[in-house]
Amino acid sequence: MRIGVVTFPGSLDDRDAQRAVRLAGATPVALWHGEHDLRGVDAIVLPGGFSYGDYLRAGAIASLSPIMAEVIAAANRGVPVLGICNGFQMLAEAHLLDGGLIRNDHGTFICRDQKLRVENTSTAWTNGYAPGTEITIPLKNGEGGFVADAETIARLEGEGQVAFRYLGVNPNGSINDIAGVTNARGNVVGLMPHPEHAIEEGFGPDTDAAMRSGTDGLTIFTSAIAALAAV
Amino acid sequence: MPTIVVEVMPKAVLLDPQGKAVAGALHRLGRSRFTDVRLGKRFEIAFEGDADEATLAEVRELAETMLSNSVIEDVVSVHFVGSGSQTDGALVAGTPVEAS
Repeated sequence: MRIGVVTFPGSLDDRDAQRAVRLAGATPVALWHGEHDLRGVDAIVLPGGFSYGDYLRAGAIASLSPIMAEVIAAANRGVPVLGICNGFQMLAEAHLLDGGLIRNDHGTFICRDQKLRVENTSTAWTNGYAPGTEITIPLKNGEGGFVADAETIARLEGEGQVAFRYLGVNPNGSINDIAGVTNARGNVVGLMPHPEHAIEEGFGPDTDAAMRSGTDGLTIFTSAIAALAAV
Repeated sequence: MPTIVVEVMPKAVLLDPQGKAVAGALHRLGRSRFTDVRLGKRFEIAFEGDADEATLAEVRELAETMLSNSVIEDVVSVHFVGSGSQTDGALVAGTPVEAS
């Protein structure tokens, strides 16, 4: 199983995403934003960071880069695509996911371990979680406020396309505490918090059991492997 | 060189955290009669060729598709500026604004 991770100028978490793919049991494949080559990968991760400096709008210029033409075509064929933070912003800018991301309502960058509820466990990236599972993974962003018009929000809620919801604290003013969404088909998922930073004991969020022992994010990646194996 | 100006603002219904921060600073400076600030973007696009309606239409299309995101922003103005243009003055797209 080969899962591609696209590096854009300004990507920060591409290597972390590659490591998550490897620890989940797949082969990470480094992809480059300036090429039209997906190297035959079975799934794609758009990592966090500040692509192209996040000028214009977060993720906007990246959504127009050469490889995104291939990512959009692959997504429309049903290939699993995950966008994390900046990657989520790219997927929204590319219209693969509904809504948009604006600056946090308090105006400042925020970095914390964030509790979430997995609201949809039937997507390519969440099928390994039991319904209603609560997870804790790191969140770090300045433009994570999810917005959409009322009609779109009603449709996302009604069709089960809210994939993750913030619990406890809404860290950025997102409408309905939405932390991540999926497309109607369930193969494209975007979320603001970072599952790739909670995949290995010693490097994740604190838990009741021990410091930095949280590995709640790993299931995102094993879910994709399971989805691909089921095809 | 003829230039087209595109102005983009966050949607009125959405919170504008940048504008809110500036408004807060004004208030702290004692300028509390300035009650609200909204902060947008101005693009100045220089181009070669004639300043004609076709060029303006092309930029208007770019303004709607690339320079703004209609989920979170409105294009409030697309117009020529500078000397030498044949149609100097405002040609407004989207939400009407005062011609400059």
